[in-house]
Amino acid sequence: MLSYIIRRTLYAIPILIGVNILTFVLFFVINSPDDMARAHLGDKYITEEDIDNWKIQKGYDKPLFINSSESGFDKFSETIFFNNSLKLFVFDFGQADDGRNITADIKQRMWPSLAFALPNFIVGLVINICVALLVIMFRGTKLDQTAVAIFVSLLSISYLFYIIVGQYFFAKTWKLVPISGYLPSEPWKFLILPILIGVISGIGQGARLYRTFFLEEAGKDYARTARAKGVTEIQLLFKHILPNALIPILTGVVVVIPILFMGALVMESFFGIPGLGSYMLDAIRSQDFAIVRSMVFIGSVLYIIGLILTDISYTWADPRVRLS
Amino acid sequence: MRRILAILPIIISTTGCIDKPWNNPNPTAKAGEIVYYSSFSLRPKHLDPARSYSTDEGLFVDQIYEPPLQYHYLKRPYELIPLTLESMPRETYLDANGKVLPSTAATDSIAYTRYTLTLKKGIQYQPHPAFAKNEDGQYLYHFDSEHEGRQYTTLYDFEETGTKQLTARDYVYQIKRMADPKNLSPIKSLLETYIVEFSDLNKQIKFSRENLKDKNSWIDLEDFNIAGLNIVNDYTYEITINGLYPQFKYWLAMRFFSPLPKEADRFYHNPGFKKKNISLDWYPVGTAAFMLTKNDPNSEMVLERNPNFHEERFPSVSESSKFYRFSEKKLPFIDKAIFRLEKEALPLFTKFSQGYYDRSGETHANIGSHSFDQVFSFGADGIELTPDMQEKNIQLEQDEKPAIYYTGFNMLDPVVGGYDEKSRKLRQAISIAYNDQEYVDIFANGQGKEAHSPIPPGIPGYQEGVKGYNPIVFDWEQDRPIRKSIDYAKELLAKAGYPNGRDEKTGKPLVLYIDMSASSSSSTPILDWKRKQFEKIGIQLEFRITDYNRFKEKVRQGNTQIFSWGWLADYPDPENFLFLLYGPNSSAKCACDSVNNTNYDNPEFNALYEKIKVMENSPKRLKLIEKMVEISRIDAPWIFGYTPQEFYLNNQWVSNNKRHGVAGNLLKYTHIDPEIREKNQMKYNQPNIAPLIAGTGLFFALIIPAATAYRRRQKETI
Repeated sequence: MLSYIIRRTLYAIPILIGVNILTFVLFFVINSPDDMARAHLGDKYITEEDIDNWKIQKGYDKPLFINSSESGFDKFSETIFFNNSLKLFVFDFGQADDGRNITADIKQRMWPSLAFALPNFIVGLVINICVALLVIMFRGTKLDQTAVAIFVSLLSISYLFYIIVGQYFFAKTWKLVPISGYLPSEPWKFLILPILIGVISGIGQGARLYRTFFLEEAGKDYARTARAKGVTEIQLLFKHILPNALIPILTGVVVVIPILFMGALVMESFFGIPGLGSYMLDAIRSQDFAIVRSMVFIGSVLYIIGLILTDISYTWADPRVRLS
Repeated sequence: MRRILAILPIIISTTGCIDKPWNNPNPTAKAGEIVYYSSFSLRPKHLDPARSYSTDEGLFVDQIYEPPLQYHYLKRPYELIPLTLESMPRETYLDANGKVLPSTAATDSIAYTRYTLTLKKGIQYQPHPAFAKNEDGQYLYHFDSEHEGRQYTTLYDFEETGTKQLTARDYVYQIKRMADPKNLSPIKSLLETYIVEFSDLNKQIKFSRENLKDKNSWIDLEDFNIAGLNIVNDYTYEITINGLYPQFKYWLAMRFFSPLPKEADRFYHNPGFKKKNISLDWYPVGTAAFMLTKNDPNSEMVLERNPNFHEERFPSVSESSKFYRFSEKKLPFIDKAIFRLEKEALPLFTKFSQGYYDRSGETHANIGSHSFDQVFSFGADGIELTPDMQEKNIQLEQDEKPAIYYTGFNMLDPVVGGYDEKSRKLRQAISIAYNDQEYVDIFANGQGKEAHSPIPPGIPGYQEGVKGYNPIVFDWEQDRPIRKSIDYAKELLAKAGYPNGRDEKTGKPLVLYIDMSASSSSSTPILDWKRKQFEKIGIQLEFRITDYNRFKEKVRQGNTQIFSWGWLADYPDPENFLFLLYGPNSSAKCACDSVNNTNYDNPEFNALYEKIKVMENSPKRLKLIEKMVEISRIDAPWIFGYTPQEFYLNNQWVSNNKRHGVAGNLLKYTHIDPEIREKNQMKYNQPNIAPLIAGTGLFFALIIPAATAYRRRQKETI
């Protein structure tokens, strides 16, 4: 397994370089260093000299990819791409365009992100599985059909609608919880509502998908045999069907776990949770390439870790699977 | 089930007995502490007074730093008064040889103006580790290596703090900081124009930095001297500017001219501090009423009363004034201000109406379409607060910012530009058709006033009523301006060579283009409205939409035809608006980010501008301004648009809510009655748990039949 992990880690390097190049090209197609300087310096009383100064300060005074005024290796090393991207591989994210240390910001903001994303993920997963199993228990009945109709309705409604309705009723009308915000001293008060909304809005998609997985398993010979042996329906679902349906569930679930650090863009923004999701959104709005680049890089690394973990989890879920 | 139903009324009745609201998003205050709760919507980027320029940053920076002058809180028109100075700066005129001229000297004989500023004695800085000294008088925390300061990760890790007295040296040091290319001050180029030898100072510092191993390390700016800056003694300094620029005194009320002690600059340049975000941009150090004790722009900013704040009192007012109970009372009135980041409008307004924010906003009123109907209704006397708001005794305060939103014609454009009679008539016809009051009523909830000139209300040169209306676009009837008819506009269009909106030579329809950025074009109703304004006189309108960067580039290069723009003045002087139409300030001419985006260039207007620019406000100056306004109306390079008039809401326990269009240092006047707030928060926020109980009941109502069905199924036999 170790050799498998090492091999996959080495494969990740060209992927990360590719992601970096892509982010770099996409960003600079839209924003030139001059545009970035203007966005940060403001509209009033700005001269070309001020813009040049800003670019020098931030290291954007060099060519993007190839520096034709240099010779040898410096042709590549004395460029914006080389100077900004190479450091990412040692997790040195440098400074944001407003001068703040990105690593310090990420360390601070990942905790509120996790405080929301982790319980939302776990509670959501458990509820989705339980609801799907419950529906399977009544498969073929009217209850099953009604449940599927409800799932489809739930997944058809926009995420924003859940947020607005949730905030309107729970926080504004019934005054049960704060409408938004986050205090590290009492986070639960602020997280109950977003988690509740996150879970409810996810039931439609999650439970419907898992129902399909379970339905397939429920019709197999081993399930029929278990039933014939007198196993109760609940025992059958949780002890036999659930473990056998784990592989497709893990495929979708484990890959998400590392990315939970990255936060939830919309949820964090609407509920004022100072996490990494809103950090990324703010950076895009303010054309801060240093933050965008760092967050995309971290996202890629976490995604690759997620894929490796998924493969490893297969060996746990199904002993027949061997990584080689 | 019966038991559950039996206890329901008991549970519901207990909800009225809670001792603290469940939905309070604010942290608990210490006993006896007067805390002001509010919000900010944009993460401040810079808190360094050499760098910070935006109004949003001013919410914090202006409460911490003290420039030499400030605006009188209550007087209108706006009036400058000393803040840290003993009296207003003394102005001395000098000729080219540096010889003092009498105050009556002819304008063209004045080569320089010297401002002499004398400070009040005994003003102290807030407690700060930069000033902490050991028993030998050595600074405790001025390090030479990263290793020495390795254990400190935030400013609050330092055990010792100190203070120092405010001196003239600190003010001069800060002005020099703006010449340092490292600090990227947004007004560096402006200061180069005015302060004598300021550009030389910039070159000297730049040269010194180039010779440094680490180009960002500390340089003692006291080693650099120029003729424009002079320290007379500990409490007096002089600034000498080129020629005559009476508006310079307004700059002395801006945060750029706040004091910055050398000790603080040295402290923040400790090796390795920048990496830990210990910088002046993050932890300001000032002499004003408040100091920043928590800087978490991701969620919360906290200002606390500066224990070393010098004596300052509320302005003296007469008994008849509504401010009388505060007259000459010592400032500030609050101990702490907590500002929470609020990006979304709905949560912000909800928290305000629940009493958790004392005001609806600080730099923006935040009364948008989402909340307008909850706040305002249209009664017999026009717009008024809804009964719900009146019941809560919400206080309404109108804010008239010295700002204008206009639609500009690119004067270099072959169709809408130019100075001949035909092109003038085309622009005038469009100005008549383009009804900005309608725009304000529909899209800005009526929070704005149609403009009749480039000068907004509150600024000298602005005139109300019959004297101030624009006769090119309006007629004066029944004591109010009435927009000229569309038929008249069509007549003008015909005279311009486009009868019925068609080119008289080619017969082709006249198609005009509005250039705009993608973000401002996102509202289809606004685009439709704009199109309809042009259609009224038969002109077809197309939109050229690009991203914001390209849009700005087009404006810079003079490649637009028609575009919308706005201007928020730096200081309350007509010069700061009329320079938007001054020919040499043309963006296309310099291919730079200048202020005259329409590239308007009328020699008569330019000559008048050059005169009023160097004049103090006087009837003579106002006469010249009147002439300039008249020229701009006839040439019509702008559709004058509207001036914003936002309504801010204040909860009943907040006093001194008077808005000031220019000044930012208003927190010190804010007064809170915490007892009334607490009582009302309880009243507004009684939780309603009936839906929770109903939800639980529903859950069981679903589960029980399911469980029964399951049990029945388990018992089924074949």
